[in-house]
Amino acid sequence: MHPAPSVIIFTTLSGLGFGLLFWLGLDSTPPTGMVAFAFFVIAYALSVGGLLASTFHLGRPERAWRALSQWRTSWLSREGICAVAALLVMAVYAAALVFAGVHLAPLGWIGALLSLGTVFTTSMIYTQLATIPRWNSPLTPALFLSLSLAGGALLSGRVTLGLSLLLLAGLVQLAWWMRGDRAFAQSGTDLGTATGLGDRGTVRSLAPPHTSPNYLMREFIFVIGRKHAQKLRIIGFVLMIVLPVLLLALSFSHWLAALAVLCHIAGVAVCRWLFFAEAEHTVGLYYGMR
Amino acid sequence: MTDLPAQTTRKLGLVIDLDTCVGCHACVISCKGWNTENYGAPLSDQRPYGDEPMGTFLNRIHSYEVQPDTGPAQTIHFPKSCLHCENAPCVTVCPTGASYKRSEDGIVLVNEDHCIGCGLCAWACPYGARELDQAEGVMKKCTLCVDRIYNENLPEEDREPACVRTCPAGARHFGDFADPNSAVSQLVEKRGGIDLMPELGTAPVNKYLPPRAKDRWDDESLLAPLLTPVAKEPSGFLSWLDKALDKLPGGSA
Ligand code: SF4
Ligand code: SF4
Ligand code: SF4
Repeated sequence: MHPAPSVIIFTTLSGLGFGLLFWLGLDSTPPTGMVAFAFFVIAYALSVGGLLASTFHLGRPERAWRALSQWRTSWLSREGICAVAALLVMAVYAAALVFAGVHLAPLGWIGALLSLGTVFTTSMIYTQLATIPRWNSPLTPALFLSLSLAGGALLSGRVTLGLSLLLLAGLVQLAWWMRGDRAFAQSGTDLGTATGLGDRGTVRSLAPPHTSPNYLMREFIFVIGRKHAQKLRIIGFVLMIVLPVLLLALSFSHWLAALAVLCHIAGVAVCRWLFFAEAEHTVGLYYGMR
Repeated sequence: MTDLPAQTTRKLGLVIDLDTCVGCHACVISCKGWNTENYGAPLSDQRPYGDEPMGTFLNRIHSYEVQPDTGPAQTIHFPKSCLHCENAPCVTVCPTGASYKRSEDGIVLVNEDHCIGCGLCAWACPYGARELDQAEGVMKKCTLCVDRIYNENLPEEDREPACVRTCPAGARHFGDFADPNSAVSQLVEKRGGIDLMPELGTAPVNKYLPPRAKDRWDDESLLAPLLTPVAKEPSGFLSWLDKALDKLPGGSA
């Protein structure tokens, strides 16, 4: 799949932002006043910034509001609704904390649930696609949720919790890669089933429909990205998990914690790039590529 | 709504005959022509005379080679347009309701006034049957020429999809698969029509007719005994000519 920067920025930032909102909503002794203001500004900048980035890849962004209508069948629609609801509920909760110093706990719990729901529905947009076997697994929501919870814990200053969630997210990421590398072969779909000619012999693409790449090839076939995949996996994993864990375990200072957060964000972005770049779509089969 | 209809009254679609398709791309051109001049946003081209030209097409022809374990390989031209799946994943993923499947005839369409161009339906289609138009920013796909098949302003014989009407080899057929006696249902039954990627559960309406068995190298012609060469070696004048030419400088073959 073509790794569109808008989608990578969106899933990386809004995952962190909603993770932070989740922990702020659950907090039994949340910050108030200016401290609360700072936390919520960061959370909203990340989540709203991510959502705005995601509209950049729309062909008709001015109609984006229509995406809220098909919650009965569409995960993308459910995500939109969850995100808007989470942001509205948490805005009231945040305003009460910042301006009145009042803690509306039940509202925070609802907001936390909706924030987590947003991350889950985002992950389901990818998980539901049988056309991309690498994504089509329960491990995908597990990956998005564990990363969002870990990142949110780091951002909200929960060091011990953040450490264990980071380790958990690291394990899920490794499992996700191991499963993903076998997923396409195990799906049973190949050029033989795609053309229905597989029982007659070995099928090979002889000539593509046109002499230069089309929308389908640009969107679904991204072969160059895989050349450095193994190196990028190591870089991404070190930045996302290993360095933050070491920095946090070392000793606690605000500088080290900030560095850990920055490493983590960069690592998530690298891994998210790979999430798209390494994903093979069944359409590639028709073009003799994957 | 992007709910799929529980069932459709009719199931309109195409039969594509892989035995007779000659890969001429005439249906590609007629499809592009009709759908650029009629219903919905035109099918745009980018850099048509420049480097890496690109454009929106609702129908594309691939060519494959099938190499059996023994014997010669076979070339098969492979037209591909939307299969109007009964269990269309492209419809249910659509967040806006722009994509829908009609309950009266099963045609899968896009309401271009509601489409936000998110592209998710193209991600969900296993067959590459949907293309996001780069100029209009909306999703384009085969309409089964809905603006021809019911169009009473057209002469009777033109009330079928442009690609079917154009195909010089008769490799594309249009009809109702819900009717077991329709010509398309009969073709599928007689020729063993197949689904593409049945394992994905999309239940395509369009069917493909597999190529018929071809002649083999070792097939004997009925006339073969009558055609055995009479003389294996040249004699008389031809023999003299053969030797004379061998003697000329320049060597022999
Ligand atoms: S072929 Fe693709 S676009 Fe057409 S109905 Fe099936 S899934 Fe949808
Ligand atoms: S591109 Fe248009 S038709 Fe396709 S899923 Fe998005 S809104 Fe629906
Ligand atoms: S039915 Fe019409 S829109 Fe569909 S491939 Fe044929 S010509 Fe194109």
